[in-house]
Amino acid sequence: MSDALEAIRNTVAGHDVVLFMKGTADRPQCGFSNMVVQILDHMGVDYFDVNVLADENIRQGVKEFASWPTIPQLYVKGEFVGGCDIVREMFQTGELKTLLQDKGVALAA
Amino acid sequence: MAMSAEALEALLRAAFADADIQIKDLTGNGDHYKAIIKSCAFSGKSRVAQHQMVYAALQGKMGGELHALALETSAKP
Repeated sequence: MSDALEAIRNTVAGHDVVLFMKGTADRPQCGFSNMVVQILDHMGVDYFDVNVLADENIRQGVKEFASWPTIPQLYVKGEFVGGCDIVREMFQTGELKTLLQDKGVALAA
Repeated sequence: MAMSAEALEALLRAAFADADIQIKDLTGNGDHYKAIIKSCAFSGKSRVAQHQMVYAALQGKMGGELHALALETSAKP
């Protein structure tokens, strides 16, 4: 396994909620990444953000890691949840909240 | 780097022969599309698996010729 994939695996294993995104949570650099940031912030989820623009190996590696060609990518407890469309749809239907609660992730009331 | 809606639909049609497919060009530039796909092939699959099937059908063009493709997939009864 390449160093990038190993680093991604460790990041995903080391945090309850991980968002691979373009830019940072404070300063998103893509509308799709920003949308997921807004949803997670709105729900009061504590998450670890990784700026893929800071490292080309990570940017390519996350696509391979999840068999998913686009960014953002959300992971909860090591499991790939989806990209922007799926996260938005799951937020709207309430499934995202259920998933986070089932996985024991704390949410702001 | 752009792709015609017809070329996009042809790739999707080849992979999901039974599907109802709607394609919207969101910006008119041929690089931001939305595709709504209903196919029997999605039956019983998670959303992640459904979208991965679509990306596979696009044969690596996602992220290259295609900058952005919003997806709405669902199973046909």
